[in-house]
Amino acid sequence: MQTDDLITLLARDARVRVRFGPLFLSALAIGVVLSAGLLLSTYGVRDNMSEAIGTPRVAFKLGLTLLLATTATRLAFRIGKPGVSLRSASMSLILPLVLLLAGIATELFVLPREAWGASMKGLHWSFCLVFVPTLSIAPLAALLYSVRQGAPEHPGMAGAAAGLAAGGIAAAIYAWHCPDDSPLFVATWYTIAIAIVTAAGFLIGRRFLRW
Amino acid sequence: MTDVTTPHRGGAFSCLLPDDRLISHLNSGAAELTTARIGGWRRMDHSAREEEWAAWMRAAMAGDTLAYHRFLKAVTPYLRSIARRRCDQFGAPASDVEDVVQEVLLAVHLKRGTWDMSRPVGPWLSAIVRNKLVDSLRRRGRQVSVRIEDVMETLEATRQDEGADQVDVDRMVDSLRDPQREIVRSISLGGAGIRETAERLQMTEGAVRVALHRALKGLAALYRSDRRANG
Repeated sequence: MQTDDLITLLARDARVRVRFGPLFLSALAIGVVLSAGLLLSTYGVRDNMSEAIGTPRVAFKLGLTLLLATTATRLAFRIGKPGVSLRSASMSLILPLVLLLAGIATELFVLPREAWGASMKGLHWSFCLVFVPTLSIAPLAALLYSVRQGAPEHPGMAGAAAGLAAGGIAAAIYAWHCPDDSPLFVATWYTIAIAIVTAAGFLIGRRFLRW
Repeated sequence: MTDVTTPHRGGAFSCLLPDDRLISHLNSGAAELTTARIGGWRRMDHSAREEEWAAWMRAAMAGDTLAYHRFLKAVTPYLRSIARRRCDQFGAPASDVEDVVQEVLLAVHLKRGTWDMSRPVGPWLSAIVRNKLVDSLRRRGRQVSVRIEDVMETLEATRQDEGADQVDVDRMVDSLRDPQREIVRSISLGGAGIRETAERLQMTEGAVRVALHRALKGLAALYRSDRRANG
């Protein structure tokens, strides 16, 4: 086939049915709804949430995970679009990190040394390690699917960004159930759970996001 | 010109300067002006072209076949000159050039939904071309890295026409299934339109469109998974 013939062929398929932006947003919405639905239909929001939400530790946990979810999702969105700068989106990931460090510092300052270990371990760390990755399955699938419709330069990195975003979303949803409130708990177990999802995103992305 | 601290364009103060100074000043001013103008024209040329490409692409995305054809025809010579330069540089045979061009065109086509219509088309196109080029040459067994600046420069400046015609994509088309293969042949070889093809194959136009789009995706996937003897 001559290149001119290929051009004729491509031109006949001119109309774009799926634009990346709208596709990403719908996939994201579906992923979030499925994940939240999974929590609500199984373990539900913690019983005393209406009082707990006013306490600084719970507010911190909800705010931190939401901040990570939004900054990482923004990065995953931009990483799918060629020729778009990733600088500010990557730099903004520092925000949740700084907030986390501030939370840890405050907690260490407020709590007596003897209480550190118990606060970090919490009551439900093993459940957290299983359930956060479970809640991330739907958002991860949705994000990987939509980034695949994009054109990421580095498939592995794009997969990791999608994983981080999905982990952040899952954590932000799990935080509505999670009865362990210490920032030391969040810093340890949430981080490990999100890291697992990020690594999974990287491994899947490396294969699945090539174009 | 020690007493002159600000550049003149022959304004109110020029009458205060001695003649020779005035002349040299005007000359240098004129020279500056000319350079600036040429630079400006060149820039304008480039941005006007990019604006034209963007307009075609916008129309194409809304379904304008003719505009899309223009866009692809306009972009191809640039792709070809980049591909030729890269193949030379990395010792890939010249026969690979047109294959690379076709593969890059296919990628531009399938990923055009990632272009944000409110942004300039140049950086988007350069990024797609660069990534696909690296990918394509690597599969041909070359370790390459292509600087984005080089791609942008070439997109801005050079233009080379017509190369040899290619074989690779034919092999890919052969491994498509019917009716995709039939549709691709009907349109690419015979230059048939969608309606004509639909009538001939006794399909609806919608079904032909869908099958064509799938066929193009299939071709890209075949390129991706192609493991060459020399790769």
